[in-house]
Amino acid sequence: MTERIELAQNAAGRSVPAMVNGKPQIPYLGVAQYQPRGKKAAPPISSSKDYPENGNKRVPDLETALRNCGLRNGMVISNHHHLRDGDRVALMALEAAAKIGVKDLLWFPSASFPSQKGAIDLMQSGVIHHIEGSMNGPLGDYCTQGKMRGMGVLRSHGGRWQAIQDGDVHIDIAVIAAPTADAFGNADGSHGKSACGSLGFALADSMYADKVIVVTDNLVPFPCIPWQIQGNNVDYVVEVESIGDPSKIVSGTTQITRSPDRLRIAEFVARFLRDAGIMRNGFSFQAGAGGIALAFVDYLRRMMKEDGVKARFVRGGSTKFLVELLQEGLTDYILDGQTFDLDGVKSIGSDPRHVATSPFTSYNYHGKGNFASLVDAVVLGATEVDVNFNANVVTHSDGRLLHGIGGWQNCLAAGCTILAVPSFRDRIPVIIDEVTTLTGPGELIDVVATERGIAINPRRQDLLDAVKGSSLPIRPLQDIKAEVERICGGKPAKPKLGDRPVAIVKWVDGTVLDTIWQLT
Amino acid sequence: MSNENSATTARTIEAGHWGKDVRSDLHVAIEPRDSGGLEITLESRVGLYYGSSILSQTRQVLETLGVRHARISIHDEGALPFVISARIEAAVKRADLGNDQKAYPEKVTLPDPSLRDRLRRSRLYLPGSEPKYFVNAALHGPDAIILDLEDSVHHAEKDAARILVRNTLRAVDFGPCERMVRINQLPLGLQDLAEIIPEAPDLILIPKVETPDQVAEADRLIRELKVSHGVDRPIWLMPIIESAVGIENAFAIATVTPNVCALTIGLEDYTADLGVVKTLEGHESHYARARLVNAAKAAGVQAIDSVFGDVGDLPGQRQWGESSRALGFEGMGCIHPSQIPVIHEAFAPSQTEIDKALKIVAAFEEAQQRGLAVVSLGSKMIDPPVVERARKLVARAKAMGRTE
Repeated sequence: MTERIELAQNAAGRSVPAMVNGKPQIPYLGVAQYQPRGKKAAPPISSSKDYPENGNKRVPDLETALRNCGLRNGMVISNHHHLRDGDRVALMALEAAAKIGVKDLLWFPSASFPSQKGAIDLMQSGVIHHIEGSMNGPLGDYCTQGKMRGMGVLRSHGGRWQAIQDGDVHIDIAVIAAPTADAFGNADGSHGKSACGSLGFALADSMYADKVIVVTDNLVPFPCIPWQIQGNNVDYVVEVESIGDPSKIVSGTTQITRSPDRLRIAEFVARFLRDAGIMRNGFSFQAGAGGIALAFVDYLRRMMKEDGVKARFVRGGSTKFLVELLQEGLTDYILDGQTFDLDGVKSIGSDPRHVATSPFTSYNYHGKGNFASLVDAVVLGATEVDVNFNANVVTHSDGRLLHGIGGWQNCLAAGCTILAVPSFRDRIPVIIDEVTTLTGPGELIDVVATERGIAINPRRQDLLDAVKGSSLPIRPLQDIKAEVERICGGKPAKPKLGDRPVAIVKWVDGTVLDTIWQLT
Repeated sequence: MSNENSATTARTIEAGHWGKDVRSDLHVAIEPRDSGGLEITLESRVGLYYGSSILSQTRQVLETLGVRHARISIHDEGALPFVISARIEAAVKRADLGNDQKAYPEKVTLPDPSLRDRLRRSRLYLPGSEPKYFVNAALHGPDAIILDLEDSVHHAEKDAARILVRNTLRAVDFGPCERMVRINQLPLGLQDLAEIIPEAPDLILIPKVETPDQVAEADRLIRELKVSHGVDRPIWLMPIIESAVGIENAFAIATVTPNVCALTIGLEDYTADLGVVKTLEGHESHYARARLVNAAKAAGVQAIDSVFGDVGDLPGQRQWGESSRALGFEGMGCIHPSQIPVIHEAFAPSQTEIDKALKIVAAFEEAQQRGLAVVSLGSKMIDPPVVERARKLVARAKAMGRTE
């Protein structure tokens, strides 16, 4: 590609493309600065007349379903990623599209996984034009090497809902992998041999896409209960042998880190919540499935028991550790966005207090509020943090795509946002002068907890006051940074990034926060 | 590999480690030659960020060591600067190249000298050839760290570990931890001392001590090295007794020099010497441990227990520590940071003990003020040794932060 891409500087001082995949973009204006007007998008009106009265929407295979949906060149095809690295349905759908002979599709998954590297062949053969959705592993490399025809667009889970709802992305055909479904299209993720728990990421697709196909390997007679996806939004149901590899859909057990340094970080975070008074009766928190986050939950559980404190709700990604909190009566509810291990899947399928949620209820910024801002504390990771508490979660320090944004950006709305990170990895400092890719504005990040101490954002005088007298090592971020630079033998050199944008990072309101550049 | 331009046969000498699972270390291969200057190739996990820094450090180290002609190939896994220097120096010395200089890393400020009777509840063993553990070890709060040159270091790695431990003592800030080194058995241990004493470790663990002479010999050499290198702070000795003969000689060993501050026991070797199995209950070593405590107390030094080997069994660790404290030990070794808080709990006096001791001390002070010869608490008369024990316990509890 040789065309010049016009760049604009956004409110964070980042250069971002003014036009992406033929659509004009709004550069990031600052936290809570952009407010769109107008109406939400909507799919066309359907009529029951066009659907079988006996409710049987089955067709023999995906190819037929896609043909019936009117698949054409240049359409937008979506998938969800609740089956994670075990998913077979996304590639099945894209390969069926290839067989039909269409070109230039926009693939719009809620996230992609290394097992879907087959999408590279489909991009090379022209079936897929580009991907909008998180990319890592081989797909991430393909994108950052500048091989994709269009520009990648990375959105948070809430941002993806926002984009669909606001009409930024119009899904032509949604293909939804369902661990259980009936012939009418009602679908559930918490039962069946390929159970994955919640199906929340597919909900927007089912509501806003022109056409919706449900693919299942566990067809049950009507009604499929619970119906996380409502059959009233579904056009066709396809039964297949297997929607995914169960061993890669959920991990058997999620593991607490064994690294003493990471355990120390986890303990610091739990003690911080206790000492700052955030851990109190009726509080709420969110922690993911990473090693530090799991260990944090374990420490916090002990402290909650010691102090006789109970949470009102905890927010998943659920794991066995959250399930244990629920079973021990240490929380009233788990509000689950995705389910990481077998204990989580079992619990969400059997315990009414373990509730599946969607990005609409939890994360969507263009709604009448969302519950991310009702969470008292959230514990997140990051690849880099800068001296102004800005953080990067999507790229390595060399600019290669590493992670999707997930719910990370949306979680920054919590009462107290804590990044739990080692102060350096393999001699590479995590706290640096300027992040490679801005994913979260520093004004929303309150605490950085490392094995060498805890830094509180000076904007949060209330938190600084709350932990006065605590035995925790509270230190300025600059101080930790200086110590690490001493250990590592000076500041790391800043790798030279290319000057051609290959992907953009969206903020939760749909504006463009930063750019991923082609690797040189 | 042949080198037609060289009069000598090309040979490659190596030091350090690399590979997918290696962290914070590097591998150096050096091929000496007679001319042609230095040819350095570098592959580094952190090359983008520190590649040029590693290259310039390599050149500087080689210049210090007087190496002018060689091919050097480096595989770096994110080693910190003090490790880089140590690995290059080890390779150069193995190749018998250059001068007799040492490639010292930048020096951190030494902590305050260590006191003879300081708190020594926990001492964390760090294998002397595993640099990845060094930098964060002190964060976990052991009373001491031990840089080990003995059993955790393979025979072929002794020379490289010695240099690495020397650089570590010099460049790593261990905070309030006492900096201990376990040297090899004499005579190999004498080479260890020559390398590390100039960096003023706080304490030397001498393994497999059976007779007072062995301690006296090390003590003499340390004294000479201290003088010749201008080290004017104490370097304490902790002999490790690991045999039946050693136990018989424990008191003589503890009193051979006032630099001995503690005796400790190595139970793996001791039980092997006895030909018995080491058990969780430890009945087989009960006599040896009790005898060692008695010898230590008689000599006025601390008695420190062995390590508890099962890192996964923290309740077992706790139990061992508590019975160890009951026997009169004041601390023990550990091989994983998770054992540290457990050991500190086990060796701490209980709140009931502290409260009782505080009452006794208060009663004693009151009696002193009132000029009474007899101390009494309620209706009970308190004997002087009870008062003395209470005062020691309160002092210890204060040092552990258990009471004001």
